[in-house]
Amino acid sequence: MTSTLAPTPIASTLVPDASGRFGEFGRRFVPETLMHALEELTAAYAAAQKDPEFDKQFRSLLAEYVGRPNPLYFAERLTEHCGGAKIYLKREDLNHTGAHKINNTIGQTLLTLRMGKKRVIAETGAGQHGVATATACAHFGLPCVVYMGEEDIRRQKLNVFIMKTMGAEVRPVTTGSRTLRDAINDAMRDWMASVADTHYIIGSVVGPHPFPMMVRDFQAVIGREAREQCLARTGMLPSEVIACVGGGSNSAGMFYPFVDDAGVELTGVEAGGRSSEPGQHASTLSYGKPGVLHGSYSYVLQDEDGQTADVHSVSAGLDYPGVGPEHSYWKDSGRVNYVAIRDDEALEAFQKLATLEGILPALESSHAIAQAMKTAGKRSPDDIVVVCLSGRGDKDVYEVARVLGREI
Amino acid sequence: MSSRISEAFSRVQADRRMAFMPFITAGDPDLATTQNLVRELAARGVDLIEVGFPYSDPIADGPVIQASYTRVLDRKLHVRDIFASFAELTQGANEKLPPLVAMVAYSIIFRTGPEAFVRKAKESGFSGLIVPDLPGDEADDLAALARKHDLDLVQLVAPTTPPARAERILKSCSGFVYCISVAGTTGVRQELPEELREQLKWLRTKTNLPLAVGFGISRPEQVGSLRGTADGVIVGSAIVRHLEPLSKPNADRSATLRQIGEFAGRMVDACRG
Repeated sequence: MTSTLAPTPIASTLVPDASGRFGEFGRRFVPETLMHALEELTAAYAAAQKDPEFDKQFRSLLAEYVGRPNPLYFAERLTEHCGGAKIYLKREDLNHTGAHKINNTIGQTLLTLRMGKKRVIAETGAGQHGVATATACAHFGLPCVVYMGEEDIRRQKLNVFIMKTMGAEVRPVTTGSRTLRDAINDAMRDWMASVADTHYIIGSVVGPHPFPMMVRDFQAVIGREAREQCLARTGMLPSEVIACVGGGSNSAGMFYPFVDDAGVELTGVEAGGRSSEPGQHASTLSYGKPGVLHGSYSYVLQDEDGQTADVHSVSAGLDYPGVGPEHSYWKDSGRVNYVAIRDDEALEAFQKLATLEGILPALESSHAIAQAMKTAGKRSPDDIVVVCLSGRGDKDVYEVARVLGREI
Repeated sequence: MSSRISEAFSRVQADRRMAFMPFITAGDPDLATTQNLVRELAARGVDLIEVGFPYSDPIADGPVIQASYTRVLDRKLHVRDIFASFAELTQGANEKLPPLVAMVAYSIIFRTGPEAFVRKAKESGFSGLIVPDLPGDEADDLAALARKHDLDLVQLVAPTTPPARAERILKSCSGFVYCISVAGTTGVRQELPEELREQLKWLRTKTNLPLAVGFGISRPEQVGSLRGTADGVIVGSAIVRHLEPLSKPNADRSATLRQIGEFAGRMVDACRG
């Protein structure tokens, strides 16, 4: 009698609502100048979702241009090394441009064309989203401006060169901390003045509604593929799915198709930096509080006055004081567990995956690998742990060599 | 319609002129100078003063105001210091100061606690709030708190705001309507767009609230084109850029205050027509 009820899901997949709410999180906190554009974008996206032609174009580009589906790879030697659960890697690093970011930029560029807008702007931290945007714009012949913090330009010279080669203009951002957060500010300022003919391709599940929803939807191909591949390969769902969280786009795309699978543990890995002291990490969900940043209500790292805090991570892509609102919703509902991995642990995972598997992970993804290595050893060999290997590490070799005191 | 802001606009309308509302950054270069600047502007006959609370990520602001905010935050100025300084200024004032309107990012209001922020703003002598990143859709709760504590919540209408949205925004707006002249951030611009006049004329048919125009206004000559359609003019970057040299050692503060005062005086004259 009492056990016939299905377990109540603790987090819904039917979010956000029409006003952009994931529970209490999300919404729109932006200057009035942008509100009409966000309403237009929401309507254009809703219409595109209903149009089978849009989905067909998106899927065909993902197959033929991006190279999807990418493999779910059994990391046998890493599994042996950890001595526990079987570790599988979702190989987003094998996508064209070497990271998951292109899933979103292809989707949003198609939407740009549908809306009849003639110019694209983007922000970038590690440069992966900038490269993915420059790539999609080159493919479609759209002019593209990428805002990038001066500090990140120094750390990610290779990606700057690639963007420029693809015809994008890289505008250095010299304000504030000169990293991702300031690049977002400058891209939003550009958009305020150019909104009539320009689309802003935001690179993560952050910002005002509908961006967090739209980017999640375009990235959800990661989790859908991983779920199908795991079932086809092993006949079961994973015990745990692990992904790194900066703004949170690869993790949102990875987790979302598993949210209704109550037996699958979901673990988001934030940048623990050097320590848990303020300014030494970028673990927004682990150490932050709900607040407003970049147009949405979500967990943020800020001081008692609401001023954004300085953050640190060895990885430029996780070096961000905010996080997507759906992650805040998942945290408060208990559906996803968020942990922090320090710089040194990520660097060790970077080297371990290289030597054990011949795969060079991005420093961002190395955080997820480090967490998988911790957890796999404590699990039974019957368990399956799926990790999102969100990008390849070529872009990081100069930074890793510098931190390890080696020369290239 | 009995707030200090409404009274200020009533006087302006009775005199058949436009209000002049300069914007200054609280604490640039320090709060003592900000107090002197408020007194200087009051002596020059400005009708209202907009006071910017420095914020780390001011998306609606252009380079001049953002740089000013960064200078202040680098010196670790806190919101409580701003409130304390304005409480001291307004309670100790011998002369009557013009109504003060706080321009504050919602992040700051949320972290302080909306009711606590509204109460402290009122106690510190502010007459109204402008929250540039709190669109009309999210403003109902704060508008109710502001009403409860007898503060105006000024809302913004942009050139990109469609008529139906503008009508919704007007419902929770009080004090005056902040009409953004151009799509984009704050900052100095040469020309005001033609569509601005059309939008002001349309807004006039929809509300009795005064219409004040801001973003992009920097010179007395730009004011003439707004006469007859706007009730007030807001100038920010063209004033704040004078504050930049004050952070250097041996800066002549009184000369700068006089310079800003003289500029404000020319704007006041231009608004009188």
